Amino acid sequence: MNEHTVKAFDEDITRLRGLIAEMGGLAELSIQESLEAMINGDAKLAKDVAKRDKKIDALESEVDKLAVRIIALRAPMADDLREVIAALKIAGVVERIGDYSKNIAKRVSEVEERKHFEPLTLLPAMGELAAEMVHDVLMAYAARDAVLAREVIAADHKVDAFYNSIFRNVVSYMMENPATISSAAQLLFVARNIERIGDHATNVAEMVHYAATGSYPPDEDDG
Amino acid sequence: MIRNGNSFWPGLLLALATAIALFANGLSLWWILAVLLVWIGTLYLVGAAPPPEEPVSEEDPFSSDNMSELVEFSGTPIIMMEGSRISVANRAARKLLGKHIIGQDMRVAMRHPKAIRLLESNKSGSAQIQGLTRRKDVWRINRRIVGNGISVVELLNKTAEVDVARSHTDFVANASHELRTPLASILGYVETIRDEGDALPPQTKQKFLDTILAEGTRLQSLVSDLMSLSRIEAEKHDKPAESIALTQLVRNSSSDAAGLNRKDRLALDLQDKIFVNGDARQLEQLTRNLVDNALKYGHADSEVRVSLSLTENDEAKLQVTDSGEGIDPEQIPHLTRRFYRTDPGRSRASGGTGLGLAIVKHIVERHRGRLDIASELGQGTTVTVRIPAQSG
Repeated sequence: MNEHTVKAFDEDITRLRGLIAEMGGLAELSIQESLEAMINGDAKLAKDVAKRDKKIDALESEVDKLAVRIIALRAPMADDLREVIAALKIAGVVERIGDYSKNIAKRVSEVEERKHFEPLTLLPAMGELAAEMVHDVLMAYAARDAVLAREVIAADHKVDAFYNSIFRNVVSYMMENPATISSAAQLLFVARNIERIGDHATNVAEMVHYAATGSYPPDEDDG
Repeated sequence: MIRNGNSFWPGLLLALATAIALFANGLSLWWILAVLLVWIGTLYLVGAAPPPEEPVSEEDPFSSDNMSELVEFSGTPIIMMEGSRISVANRAARKLLGKHIIGQDMRVAMRHPKAIRLLESNKSGSAQIQGLTRRKDVWRINRRIVGNGISVVELLNKTAEVDVARSHTDFVANASHELRTPLASILGYVETIRDEGDALPPQTKQKFLDTILAEGTRLQSLVSDLMSLSRIEAEKHDKPAESIALTQLVRNSSSDAAGLNRKDRLALDLQDKIFVNGDARQLEQLTRNLVDNALKYGHADSEVRVSLSLTENDEAKLQVTDSGEGIDPEQIPHLTRRFYRTDPGRSRASGGTGLGLAIVKHIVERHRGRLDIASELGQGTTVTVRIPAQSG
């Protein structure tokens, strides 16, 4: 981005980007830890995730305030305006990603008999993919890299495929082991949450693309 | 001229005291004045010049300009921060985190909460974080405050150390099961032959021996696949730097994989003069594994297409397409897992170890590339590998 004659504006934008990155970092860690907690049944880690969500929420409102202030005081134009608008939207989406992680963490105590619970082994690979997307999209945001953003969007179908696969797997497991239905149902929600995280990473990627180029990426959704 | 008061004033006092003593002794005033003149004059002339004063300027000795030259060519990524802004990043840091970080808030470059906590505090210290640039990497961040709101941050890659422990447990867990199965059947048959060798009809004995041979061969290829997998894993953190003429390499290793009897099933469509930074042996293995898979799982006598081209993003794109039964979309996400088989019986019958695609995936990862598998039931499968091409 070009340097601005008004140095204060530069500082505001830099701070705004810093806040978004900080939110992203927290969300990224939450995804990872919530899944870890889910798989190992670690209640303490789950609590950490829930606590972290408050921090994310606080940061979101800070981003909101700062963005509104920038628009009100500095009346940004063109790519600067896009940057601020995108930040505003991205903050909202990242906050949602944090919520999904918190939701996964909340379900940790609902899953019983982890040791013999086969469907649990399917989650790490899926979580890995979604976390990778979130990681990549935050890198794309930091570098204003539209190409990487498009790659993130293209990766979403993998997470969706995983979700379908896990869904069917878990359902058939439920039928074979009716005693585990309540735990298995929790897993369905967890998988759903991960799938939503992937979708939200895609949303962020679209915003990153928009902020960097001024246009939304071509729709690659094939239903 | 500023005199050094320490030696001048006592000298002057001594001279005056002497003058008074001489006066008391009744020496002529003129003599006394002459002595004083010489004395004080000498004092004045020999008085040491003061050491040059330290210039008390506002400029900090650790200013960004001074430091940036100092660290520019260090192999360790080094960043200097003014407040929370990154003011200097040396070459290694720019390569690691991207050129864009200069002038940015440090959180944009290092967003891990632990890193932020360290860098926001105004203390020196260090933190170990995961996922600085790639999700699985582990870095140690050392930060030193050097004054005036300026701090120096050094980044050390600890991924390899952390990884060693993890990959060992993985290896043992996966491999022991796979090794045990063929060993069990070898031992079983050998035991039978030893105990009742003479009583067995010759055909049965022959069948047993054949099984032992087949299982032994399987063990052998399993061990060699495991070896190459662990070798690739061991090296996965150093980016390969050899310049490879990919076109030639793909052509050769495709026909290697096909062998004489399957060679005419190959259809090559290779763009010329594609170069990548890579490891020749691993890229050969990658091509061989993909082509061999395609030939093995494609319908007998059907064509296998191998194409290589340069994408608009400056990536070398290798595609291997077969027209086989295709893969159930549900299976696709799991294909690159070690020892994962869509159809265990068939895979074993054709001598597969269950490691082929896992090896491919690791090679692609080491080359900072991407692997995609697309398949349609009844139509066939396309495996796409993208590796950053050499620029220029």
